[in-house]
Amino acid sequence: MVFDKIRSGKRAQKALGLLSGLVFGFLLQKGGLTEYDVILGQLLLTDFTVVKVMLSAILVGMVGVFVMRWKGLVRLQIKPGSIGSTALGGIIFGVGFAILGYCPGTAAAAFGAGAIDALVGMIGMVIGAGIFARLYPVLDRLILNWGAFHADTLPELIGLKPEIVAAVTAVLILGLLYLLAAQGL
Amino acid sequence: MIEWLTAASWSPYLVGAGIGVLIWTAFLLSDRHLGCSTAYSKTAGMIELAISRQKTVSMPYYRKIPATIDWQWMLVVGTIIGSALSEYLSGSWRVSMIPPLFEQSFGADEHLRQAVALAGGILMGLGARWADGCTSGHGISGTLQLSLASWIAVICFFAAGIIAAGLIYGFSFL
Repeated sequence: MVFDKIRSGKRAQKALGLLSGLVFGFLLQKGGLTEYDVILGQLLLTDFTVVKVMLSAILVGMVGVFVMRWKGLVRLQIKPGSIGSTALGGIIFGVGFAILGYCPGTAAAAFGAGAIDALVGMIGMVIGAGIFARLYPVLDRLILNWGAFHADTLPELIGLKPEIVAAVTAVLILGLLYLLAAQGL
Repeated sequence: MIEWLTAASWSPYLVGAGIGVLIWTAFLLSDRHLGCSTAYSKTAGMIELAISRQKTVSMPYYRKIPATIDWQWMLVVGTIIGSALSEYLSGSWRVSMIPPLFEQSFGADEHLRQAVALAGGILMGLGARWADGCTSGHGISGTLQLSLASWIAVICFFAAGIIAAGLIYGFSFL
């Protein structure tokens, strides 16, 4: 593939990671997602900035990724899930999300913007990730594989072609964004 | 162009579209999706390595996710710098200790906020690795690939987050 050389270059990848991060952090700050009040506002359902940013990113990202895959330029990076891993982990994450008020990406951006509590949150995340690594052998044996999902993707689950599900998802996202704007949220 | 870069904020739709395009480049140039939480595991692994090399290399999780500096780790470094740059260009960079909403409800005790942030961070780091992704990895990159696990993860993130935030500050819709 045309991009194999750059994909396998270790130094090129580190530089690309840094560059991607620069753009990501810049965008998060300009979007107001470096602010605790904006993130808590979303969880309290009084400020819909986070949902607007996420839905727009999903919409634009989805169209590009599916077109590139159709052209044979990229492959999807799908992770399998289970009740024990995805749902349980997701609930623990969500509680932490409300208590910290930043997520792993926005905490880094908020720290860059000068928020000391975000730095403390990042230290907490390293500790939490470290605890998980220690518990991993036990969790993997007892909980993580419990209730494994029978499908990896929504198209597999529903039994429709990925392109059709992507198109329907795009229309639903546009509708949702329109509704939010129409409600003045 | 300059006014654009120094603006205090951009439209959330524009910011989202920009993140979407950034994900195209991650897929195309790096054969990756865009996720942040792996970097925290790698950092934990680096600390464990510094303490005990032998023990750490034998831990199954660090064999799965090696504690190395790579694209994902540099992504988080870049995120810190990019946000600092954006805030600096808008002329609003400053050190802040307590978010306004937190101060309104719980007072101006910096140590209280830090203790809460540390506890929240620990839960979040644990949960992100448990669910194998975060708001960027599952919430944006995974959902846009129509991954079932990612849609379930993001529903759990927000459902638990909305309930927990409501318990802390009161439910605005009740």
